[in-house]
Amino acid sequence: MSRLAQALSGKRVVICAGAGGVGKTTLSATVALGLAVRGRRVALVTIDPARRLAEALGLDALDNRPQPVDLARLQRSGLEARGELFAMMLDSKRTFDELIELLAPDPRTKEQILSNPIYGHISTAVAGSQEYTAIAKLFEIEHEQEYDVIVLDTPPSRHAIDFLEAPDHLTAFLEGRALTALLRPSGHVMRAAGIVFAALRRITGVELLDDLTTLFRLLAGLLDGFRRRAADVHTLLGDPHTGFLIVTSPERSAVDEAVFFAAELDRAGLHRCGVIVNRVHPLDRAPHDAVTVAARLNDELGAPLAEKVASTHVEVQRLADRDAGAVDRLLRALGNDPIRVPDRDTDVHDIGSLVELHNDLFAA
Amino acid sequence: MTGAITKRLLIVAGKGGVGRSTVTAALAVDATRCGLRTIVAETAGRADVARMLGGRAADPVVEVELQRGLHHVTIERRAALEEYLRHEVPGPFPAATLARSAAFQAFVDAAPGMSDLLTIGKVWELVQRPRHKPHAHEYDLVILDAPASGQLVGLLGAPHTFSAIARVGPVARQAGTVERTLRDPHTVGVVAVATPEQMAVSEALALQTSLADRFGIELDAVIANRVLPSRFTSADALALSRAAEDPAVRSARWFAARAKAQRAQLARLRRGVAPARLTTLPFRFETELDRADVERFADLLGSART
Repeated sequence: MSRLAQALSGKRVVICAGAGGVGKTTLSATVALGLAVRGRRVALVTIDPARRLAEALGLDALDNRPQPVDLARLQRSGLEARGELFAMMLDSKRTFDELIELLAPDPRTKEQILSNPIYGHISTAVAGSQEYTAIAKLFEIEHEQEYDVIVLDTPPSRHAIDFLEAPDHLTAFLEGRALTALLRPSGHVMRAAGIVFAALRRITGVELLDDLTTLFRLLAGLLDGFRRRAADVHTLLGDPHTGFLIVTSPERSAVDEAVFFAAELDRAGLHRCGVIVNRVHPLDRAPHDAVTVAARLNDELGAPLAEKVASTHVEVQRLADRDAGAVDRLLRALGNDPIRVPDRDTDVHDIGSLVELHNDLFAA
Repeated sequence: MTGAITKRLLIVAGKGGVGRSTVTAALAVDATRCGLRTIVAETAGRADVARMLGGRAADPVVEVELQRGLHHVTIERRAALEEYLRHEVPGPFPAATLARSAAFQAFVDAAPGMSDLLTIGKVWELVQRPRHKPHAHEYDLVILDAPASGQLVGLLGAPHTFSAIARVGPVARQAGTVERTLRDPHTVGVVAVATPEQMAVSEALALQTSLADRFGIELDAVIANRVLPSRFTSADALALSRAAEDPAVRSARWFAARAKAQRAQLARLRRGVAPARLTTLPFRFETELDRADVERFADLLGSART
């Protein structure tokens, strides 16, 4: 069994996390594919896949539910799937609306919230709402127990940690304790709140404050539901069958982020199940100065081409040295050997290239 | 960009990981060489450009001179709020206390667009001549190292969002002023940065569409970063594909295939953004870019302009 397959065995939820721009979406699709190939019934929740990756998976944006991916096409690329793959793209706004529908105490409250002018902005613009809806969707799918394993791609945030903090941030925001104190001042907070309120009225006018008051009064009826959700989500994230797969590129800032995120996971008692270093340039351990390489290739390629190849190799090896340094650093900081995925010469654009990436990822 | 830099605000935009901060630094160096008194603004308390130019992170909203004529500021919303309250809100309110109060913070979080409005409002204030901030320097050019594309659209849309929901009051009024400035093509230009890869090019093209549709802003310039040179001919590539397995041959094959894929994406980018001018910056085989790389990139941007 490959190292990655071993790391993921027994997991029911696999969360791919890492800095933006490291290839997380493509790798999470590949991980899901690999699990389906190995006989499991897999749901993949992606955030914003590139069009060609979405096409490669046969995804379309119309449904906010996992749809079956036709794996028969894999056979042409020499891969046979013993399991099944379902995939979806997260629709953040719709997931939030569905949550309101689910948690609203009565149809009237639901309608009033959904039609509130400020709600529409909050469900898309409040920091962490995309992270929150990703987790909400994960929870919903897991709860239905239709799949052996769910693979979740995480939203492209600057910091992977935003993802873990989203449920608490959002609950705290919806609880709006400070805001409630401001809008309905009472007792000893009266004086301080009075000053803030007066300042706000001066700045923004009273109408915005009224709209906000209305919305938060409506949301108060859903708070217990949101709190319960947040608690359930914590339980799910901390479950031994939930694993975090850290994805990084060899670039310093991405590695910094991976090391930081791993430490945060450990601190929170969450389970890491591996580190993938994407886009690694293979290191040549033999002497590879330009003169040696050109001499070696001279007869076969002719001098002009041999020299070009040699100088290219020297440059690529500079990247390979950097990458080897990144792998060492991850090994030292995280205590487990990262899974290396070689840099590819093209983007993943069809099922064939997805299979090639799969073969690299699940090799040995 | 063709010819002299005439805009007052350049917004540098692009997907995460394409080297936006490097390009921002190079644009700033180029502008400074043209004699423009320039300030680079970063958001969310970041100081990547400052470090790249050999400076250090200063406190939020504090403007520091990194070298003669080249300044830097990092914008963080709480500091921006405090400054805003101090300078722009009439009345006997202790700005610092107000800005730090939990109730006010909660309001900033809850009011849609407020947080982004504070950031873009501060950028707008940097552009003003004379400045609203007392005793502050005036700048010829402000270069904003913008957040990733999705957030940028939110940032630019914040004044509109906010004035739509607040309707009245000084903030709504000022939001209107900020919005008018942002929509003025003589004042504001957008520089899109992409690497010649599928996702980055798609994001640049999507950004172009959303900027045009939502704000009527057109791209001023497009910069393709990390472009590999065309080193191998198709005859070379054929010879390489037939050559015996060798680590160096593998490196060369990788390079040739990558460069070929890049050319296809570059062509797609060039077609998609026409008539905006496309400038390319070379791939650097360095571990981390330093000041010398930034200077070289500034040379290239400068010669592309003339």
